[in-house]
Amino acid sequence: MARPGNRGLVLQLGGLAVGMFAFGFLLVPLYDAMCRITGIGGRTNAVAATIATTQEVSERLVTVEFVTVLNEQAPWEFRPTVSSIQVRPGQLYDTAFFARNLTDGMLVGSAVPSVAPGQAAKYFVKTQCFCFTQQNFTAGEGRDMGVQFMVDPALPEFIDRITLSYTFFVNRPATAQLISGPTAGSTT
Amino acid sequence: MSTASHPHAGHTHDPADAHHEDHHGPAKGLTRWLFTTNHKDIGTLYLLFALVMLFVGGAMAMVIRLELFQPGLQFVNPDFFNQMTTMHALIMIFGMIMPAFVGFANWMIPLMIGAPDMALPRLNNWSFWILPFASTILVSTLFMPGGGPAGGWTLYPPLSLQAGNSFPFTIFAIHMLGMSSILGSINIIVTIMNMRAPGMTLLKMPLFVWTWLITAYLLIAAMPVLAGGVTMLLTDQFFGTSFFQAAGGGDPVLFQHIFWFFGHPEVYIIILPAFGIVSQIIPTFSRKPLFGYAAMVYATASIGFLSFIVWAHHMFTVGMPLAGEMFFMLSTMLIAIPTAVKVFNWTATMWRGSLTFETPMLFALAFLFLFTIGGFSGLMLAIAPADFQYHDTYFVVAHFHYVLVPGALFGAIAGAYFWLPKWTGHRYDERLGKIHFWLSAISVNVTFFPQHFLGLAGMPRRIPDYATQFADWNMISSIGSFGFGLSQVLFAYIVFKTIRGGAKATAEVWDQPEGLEWTVPSPAPYHTFDEAPVVK
Amino acid sequence: MHRVATTARQPLAGLILTVLALPAQAAWELNMTQGVTSISHEAYDLHMLVLWICTIVGIGVFAVMIYAIATFRKSKGAVPATFSHSTYAEMIWTIIPTLILIFLAYETAPALIRIEDTSNSEMTIKITGYQWKWQYEYVGQGYSFFSTLAESSNAARQLNSGVNPRNVGNYLLEVDHPLVVPTGVKIRYLLTGSDVIHAWWVPAFSIKRDAIPGYVNEGWFKVDKAGVYRGQCAELCGKDHGFMPIVVEALPRAEFEAWLTTQKLAATPATVAAN
Repeated sequence: MARPGNRGLVLQLGGLAVGMFAFGFLLVPLYDAMCRITGIGGRTNAVAATIATTQEVSERLVTVEFVTVLNEQAPWEFRPTVSSIQVRPGQLYDTAFFARNLTDGMLVGSAVPSVAPGQAAKYFVKTQCFCFTQQNFTAGEGRDMGVQFMVDPALPEFIDRITLSYTFFVNRPATAQLISGPTAGSTT
Repeated sequence: MSTASHPHAGHTHDPADAHHEDHHGPAKGLTRWLFTTNHKDIGTLYLLFALVMLFVGGAMAMVIRLELFQPGLQFVNPDFFNQMTTMHALIMIFGMIMPAFVGFANWMIPLMIGAPDMALPRLNNWSFWILPFASTILVSTLFMPGGGPAGGWTLYPPLSLQAGNSFPFTIFAIHMLGMSSILGSINIIVTIMNMRAPGMTLLKMPLFVWTWLITAYLLIAAMPVLAGGVTMLLTDQFFGTSFFQAAGGGDPVLFQHIFWFFGHPEVYIIILPAFGIVSQIIPTFSRKPLFGYAAMVYATASIGFLSFIVWAHHMFTVGMPLAGEMFFMLSTMLIAIPTAVKVFNWTATMWRGSLTFETPMLFALAFLFLFTIGGFSGLMLAIAPADFQYHDTYFVVAHFHYVLVPGALFGAIAGAYFWLPKWTGHRYDERLGKIHFWLSAISVNVTFFPQHFLGLAGMPRRIPDYATQFADWNMISSIGSFGFGLSQVLFAYIVFKTIRGGAKATAEVWDQPEGLEWTVPSPAPYHTFDEAPVVK
Repeated sequence: MHRVATTARQPLAGLILTVLALPAQAAWELNMTQGVTSISHEAYDLHMLVLWICTIVGIGVFAVMIYAIATFRKSKGAVPATFSHSTYAEMIWTIIPTLILIFLAYETAPALIRIEDTSNSEMTIKITGYQWKWQYEYVGQGYSFFSTLAESSNAARQLNSGVNPRNVGNYLLEVDHPLVVPTGVKIRYLLTGSDVIHAWWVPAFSIKRDAIPGYVNEGWFKVDKAGVYRGQCAELCGKDHGFMPIVVEALPRAEFEAWLTTQKLAATPATVAAN
């Protein structure tokens, strides 16, 4: 009954199964890469970009809208200070979002940016953003948080309006750490 | 199978010779089933297990249709309703239809390729016995605090992460069910690759063996990806990772990509063995070889390949870039071509044949018609702009039930009638079989055809209650489903009646069927092909 | 547009009657709505196109099958042929479906491009899905509100409420505050979810988009005709997934502007600030 081929084949197939299990996890970075290339998910840069100072400024006007999203239970007040601005691609602009901690304890917030339409995401470049770091708030503290951005002149012609949205989450692990650990100042 | 051997070709198998001194009959009592390594015993276990789960999952479907019988909530609360839809899907897919086809594979593949048993008999025992435990854990979640999984069988986060304490049990059960399928698939591939009788070249194998070979590869490639995905769900829930949580920089949509990368091949994992069974039955009752055997093999293989590049057609509404929508729309349409080839080849097999209409043939014909309807609605769903209307409505529910119930399930039922005489040595009651067929075929259409209308009229899926304009078709659908459920009780009765007795079946059972399985006596002796047959 | 069954029927006796009266009953709706936006017209046209192709191909295939079943019967003395393949036939039935699919793709692709083109919109509405209600915000207007299931439906939909849903106006398709939009204006919508994934679906607009937490989806619609349009959440979002309907009231532009002004005045500053 000796079937010499069995062991080898079982190992190969077992290896395939293990490999596909690993592939499931490999999909995480692959998907991230796809998102960055294609703008799926409206993802923008998560670390500050540096821009060549000699950018050519385009003549066309693009509307950039700012919106905020909060969970219903989120203990914040959170809104853009201006709801939209007209920008020229190639030029740097500053705006700010206002957030207030509505609780009587310390809170750490993390802002997750998203750009719509997704195709515009890679042309929307942030050089400064409060979303790059976690934001610490003392009880009742409210403040403006700045964003500096530029729309890349290579933005496709058919896009005339871009929305920058922030969802502001409570960073629960960081909040717990902040409360238990030594008091740290606001990171901005 | 045009080139496969004719019955008795090159080998006559006398039952008197079947037992050699180093072989024994089955052990007595419960231990026979617990410790068996015999492919026939394990096949029987799989099939009976699937039959039990058909009624467990079916009972859940009955709860769903009972609540949807009229508008308003009469019987269950919305959360329990969601648990029912979720569990119905998980049980029917992982606990019923997949084990059923593995049972067919266990019983028939060694007989069809002239092998004495499966290549890895002890692994085979283990693959089966994982199932009852995993399924028990899965069903037991319904009785845990917070109830069972209620976020849909697709387990989309963040919703699936809102589950109660039962969540890790659900994930564990899915892991075990997946493990069972992977081990079963490894066994099937090794058996097919290494255990074929002399002369049984790959392109002489019956189509059922071919479809299972491809299915087994799909399973090994797809199921671990699901295992990875649900593992990430688990670590997101309990170990602080953020694969799918936007708050921590993850993306819930990523899970959908992982899930459907598994989920779409899974669709073909379920239907391909049914294709195989139908490809055995139609030639037998047409008394004519299968038309276009080679094309059927290639079509099956290309369906298997394409199934890995179409997954995001389940996700047109998540907001993909235009290029992505185009790609997944076109690749999905491509699948229609090999599928159409199969339907045409089955029809051509019947053309100028000499047809009789025993119960297996009736179910195979119903499969042919009704699976085609499911295929058409599948093509409609591929059209992205129209899919924005169809998506997540009862139109989708109707579509996948047409391919899964009169598709996969009818394929399994047809196979059961086809091979029951070989398994039991008794002929089933043909009159009852035909009654079962007509009851099933009519009620399945009464159940699912109106759901197309409901979906087009605007009824979303997975809702426990609905606006009154959907009331009439829902009532008809519910009536049909109760009829379908009851008809399957008749099926169980017919099966048990056949096991207990009935007219003696000959070795051939049918009118000069092709294939090695018909060269051994009925019932098939405990050990067959100890001496490999020679296939010309 | 959804229509509501007007006749209250006894469940079973009425069943037979309604089957007989099938074509006359609005409740026996069979097909997709044509809708009131250019997108919904495109979806409807494509749906009908592919439905007709499937019907015609289906009739052809089924006719051959039925002919084979009726003719080549052993009981009629049919003697089986022995052929098992025909390269010619197989070529034909591979090429024909391929051509049909190429035609379908050719018809569909431009529609998809038009559907995804959100440029030149005149206003933006942000829609947020919550468990289990919707929030609408007129971006740049500082006005937003929640829209939840109407109280009458909510009372009737409780387990064993004793209320006959047929006696509740627009059962499960009525909200306290509908979304109000102007007709004839290209409206860009932004969609997001606050807790789990929802999907915003109005059949008459042929819009179904997922509202995903942490991610903003966009799309557009332009309503041709004033009226009230109803839809539902289309992505399972928990126990009350079936109970977060969508109602959109489309008004002529001037009426809309007047409505918005009134609403903004009525809203206290606190409400405006709260997002």
